[in-house]
Amino acid sequence: MSFDAVAQQPKLQHLLQGVVAFAAVVCLILLALHRGPARRRGAAFLLLAPALLLLTAGLVLPGLRTLLLSFMDREGDARVGLDNYVWLFTDPEALIALRNTLAWVVLVPLLVTAVGLLYAAAVVRSRFRALALSLVLLPMAISFVGAGLVWKFVYAYRPAEADQIGLLNQLVVTFGGTPRQWLVESPWNVLFLVVAMVWTQAGFAAVLLAGAIGAVPGEITEAARLDGASPRQIFWRITVPLIRPTLLVVVLAEVIGTFKAFDIVRTMTAGQFDTGVIAHEMYDQAFRYGETGRGAALAVLLFALVTPVVAYRIRAQRSAG
Amino acid sequence: MRFGARLALAVTTLIVTVTACGAPHGGGSQPRAGQDCGPYARYGEHAGTTVTVYASNRDREADLFEETWADFAACTGIDVAYEGDGEFEAQIQLRVEGGNTPDVAFFPQPGLMERFARAGRLKPASAEVAALAKEGWSADWNGYATVNGTLYGTPLVANVKSFVWYSPAFFRDRGLSVPRTWAELMDVTEKVAASGVKPWCAGVESGEATGWPLTDWIEDVLLRQAGPDVYDQWVSHEIPFNDPRVIRAMDTVGSVLKNDRYANGGYGPARSMASIAYQEGGTPVLSGDCAMHRQASFYAEHWPEGTEIGPDKDVFAFLLPGTDRTSRPVLGGGVFAAAFSDRPEVRAFQEYLATADFATARMKKGPFVSANKGVDPADAATPVDRLSIQLLQDPKTQFRFDGSDLMPASVGAGTFWKGAVDWIGGKGTEPVADSVERSWPRP
Amino acid sequence: MSRVRERLASRAFSLTAVVIAVLWTTPTLGLLLSSFRPEDEIKTTGWWTVFGSPHVTLDNYDEVLFGSANASGRLAEHLVNSVVITLPSVLFPLVLGFFAAYALAWIDFRGRGALLVGIFALQIVPLQMALVPLLKLFSQGWLFLPAWGLTGPARFTHVWFAHTVFALPFAVFLLHNFLAGLPRDLIEAARVDGASHGTLLLRIVLPLAGPALVTFAIIQFIWVWNDLLVALALSGGTAETAPVTVRLAGLAGTRGNEWQRLTAGAFVSAFVPVLVFFALQRHFARGLLTGSVKG
Repeated sequence: MSFDAVAQQPKLQHLLQGVVAFAAVVCLILLALHRGPARRRGAAFLLLAPALLLLTAGLVLPGLRTLLLSFMDREGDARVGLDNYVWLFTDPEALIALRNTLAWVVLVPLLVTAVGLLYAAAVVRSRFRALALSLVLLPMAISFVGAGLVWKFVYAYRPAEADQIGLLNQLVVTFGGTPRQWLVESPWNVLFLVVAMVWTQAGFAAVLLAGAIGAVPGEITEAARLDGASPRQIFWRITVPLIRPTLLVVVLAEVIGTFKAFDIVRTMTAGQFDTGVIAHEMYDQAFRYGETGRGAALAVLLFALVTPVVAYRIRAQRSAG
Repeated sequence: MRFGARLALAVTTLIVTVTACGAPHGGGSQPRAGQDCGPYARYGEHAGTTVTVYASNRDREADLFEETWADFAACTGIDVAYEGDGEFEAQIQLRVEGGNTPDVAFFPQPGLMERFARAGRLKPASAEVAALAKEGWSADWNGYATVNGTLYGTPLVANVKSFVWYSPAFFRDRGLSVPRTWAELMDVTEKVAASGVKPWCAGVESGEATGWPLTDWIEDVLLRQAGPDVYDQWVSHEIPFNDPRVIRAMDTVGSVLKNDRYANGGYGPARSMASIAYQEGGTPVLSGDCAMHRQASFYAEHWPEGTEIGPDKDVFAFLLPGTDRTSRPVLGGGVFAAAFSDRPEVRAFQEYLATADFATARMKKGPFVSANKGVDPADAATPVDRLSIQLLQDPKTQFRFDGSDLMPASVGAGTFWKGAVDWIGGKGTEPVADSVERSWPRP
Repeated sequence: MSRVRERLASRAFSLTAVVIAVLWTTPTLGLLLSSFRPEDEIKTTGWWTVFGSPHVTLDNYDEVLFGSANASGRLAEHLVNSVVITLPSVLFPLVLGFFAAYALAWIDFRGRGALLVGIFALQIVPLQMALVPLLKLFSQGWLFLPAWGLTGPARFTHVWFAHTVFALPFAVFLLHNFLAGLPRDLIEAARVDGASHGTLLLRIVLPLAGPALVTFAIIQFIWVWNDLLVALALSGGTAETAPVTVRLAGLAGTRGNEWQRLTAGAFVSAFVPVLVFFALQRHFARGLLTGSVKG
């Protein structure tokens, strides 16, 4: 038993100091705002300044610096032109990461939306709707690291002679098969990682879609039913088109989230067995191998891939809202 | 304004509270009563100072380290704050970049240490440390810690990788004797296989380091088949990674490890080793489901609790034989202690780590191997450690350092490991060697 | 006829729902049950056998939370770090994002539209893009920005800073969408009465913005608590500052076969977010709806 309570004190003290310092800044801003009916621009400046300052120092400048670094060598000293980008599109490791990322970005949103839609449609009129939704939403509260462990355990491999400890191999053995190394056998192992990701995300989709389906006016479906439409027809021809905006939101959010997926890969395979993705390869290159330039190039690639999706989302939602 | 006044009051109260919380707390260790501080007098008094140490060693290994330098710490007044981290390789760079640099780091790979030396982060060893290094270690060992002619650290831990663990009872029951040449080894392998037991077992799963037991195997065989000179050229990339001699060595390993008749004893088909944690790789030796497990001296730690090690105990190890009886190539690895700062207390600590006294004290606490010439093999905690030290001290031994630890990290800790895993999974030797060669960073 | 078909369809639907619900909960259940099993049983038999021979122990939790100094675990200390990291990382972007969103929604000034789009667009920048330079900024400074040179627990500030910055674009986006939708008359009426922006912000807008603020707080809380990448890169990886996720990922990487530690560790780290999740469940679902559909 060891828990050093004394060692925790400086941490908590720093927490308190940090919060107080922040509170002081906020109070100053508020006090300044209270000095009479403010001139408009002054007030806007006061309110926006902290956020803009932080964004500039913490996001805009570092982003630009990464862009610069991607044209530099591993120490960040000498310019190497496009070498890092050439590496990115020729190195087998990097290409595998690229391939896997594309597989993730196609599969995750597709499966998440499909499962979420099916589940939402099934439970939306149920008495247990709240409970049912929280059951599938729970994996979202468990971290990606936790989710990675949960599924690593499901896929655990033991030789055929021994007792299985992984659920999947136990099922395989029960039905007369031989246990397999799910996380090792490429390229299918990518699929098994994707399952873990889908597991964490499907609840999010189900909640959003259940909300949207619930908002579809009862009169419309009722009218269709009286016209003799089958439930399936009602679902596909009426409900789905009506909730299209929400579907779009779900798909785009998943696409963006999936591009950046890192934790699950790191926990389950650490990018071994050809399961690497861009976000993980970037970490390996920049931090494990000390290849800062290559890492930066991977980050820029990620940026380039996400940009059109985010742009589309912002446009779609601004025109909708 | 009333609102503002209230806010101001609240803020003042909070600030007062926080300041009041800032109670001082002291630290530092003091010599225990009746402790002999004589041997530590040369390191001086450094009361109230702290030296931070960052390393990859955790669990029992870490506890034993701390116990070993407890006397040193008590006598000199230095508080040695040790931190072991399984993510050492990535985190050390982040900590240095992030300005959270430890005073002393224990580098498990000379290649990694070299990176920080070249970047000007490490402090060159002091004259005292250099003198101790010269006295304690062979030129080879000091060479691994030397960059551009400057010594940066000292070997702290050594391990011998060329061991084959086996069960003496299993060998005795079948009338097998410990092989002394490669041909004899293959002979034993075939005899065991003929008796219906898969002779070899291995586990290579090790998180982000998955694959390293395989690269050790390949290096070991290359060292034997092609000789130390070719091995050196291969490690320093004077000959390409996919040189025909390397291909031949890999194929030799493949004829054992990728052969379903020979492996993976106790675990099923040869390729199953990718899912088996390296810590569990040798377990089937105990149950007789596997005859031999090639793994480093430190595998002694990974046998299930209660396993006894010795020539007539549960398990023991023999040296992976060379091509003939006269050659004795040994592959090994090591951990190096180097300093990022040069405060007097850090110097004193580094000096202490470089002494044979430290190595001896550590050995007496539990399993540990040092390449220091001044340690007595008789002090080793286990028979395998004793054997390791004897091998390291024997001038006839042709010692070579684990190549993957000397190569650039993107190869040695990246493509080579990954390539070896692909290879055990069924990929051909040449495609794997070619792709590792292509991944070698251009100068 | 259609009645029968309808009932069949609804039955099929219910069945699908049950299958999905079972698939979604079984893996967690397996891990949870395993975390209470003794080490040798976890490693040799499947968790489903626990029903036949129930041996229950709390040893695994004891070990991961309070294990001896250098043994894996010590998660209790890392839990404290997680709390210290998470609270400010939720509070700071919440307040600053709220301020910025208010200014962008209810104060007219030149360049407002461009600024709005600019901040929204920053959502594009993946945090991977900023990590390496941030690290260098903290230790060495860059351009006109000085090095921070923080040591000890003060380094939590790095992580707070990073999380705040990475969350701000989304915070502004979400809160702006909500605030811009508030009834115009209410704010105009207060303005006519001569209220300052401070009064407007605190007395009128803040009480109305509750749902959006809660939404953001929950999403940000779960994100920060569960974050691995920022913590790995900026927290330093030691018991002094690293959160639970870093330790857990470390255990998974280097102790791949120590399932007794991993299972218990996973639940220790999940405990707080799951608690928050259940306490604020209604807000969470509703928040996701307003947050994502509107924003």
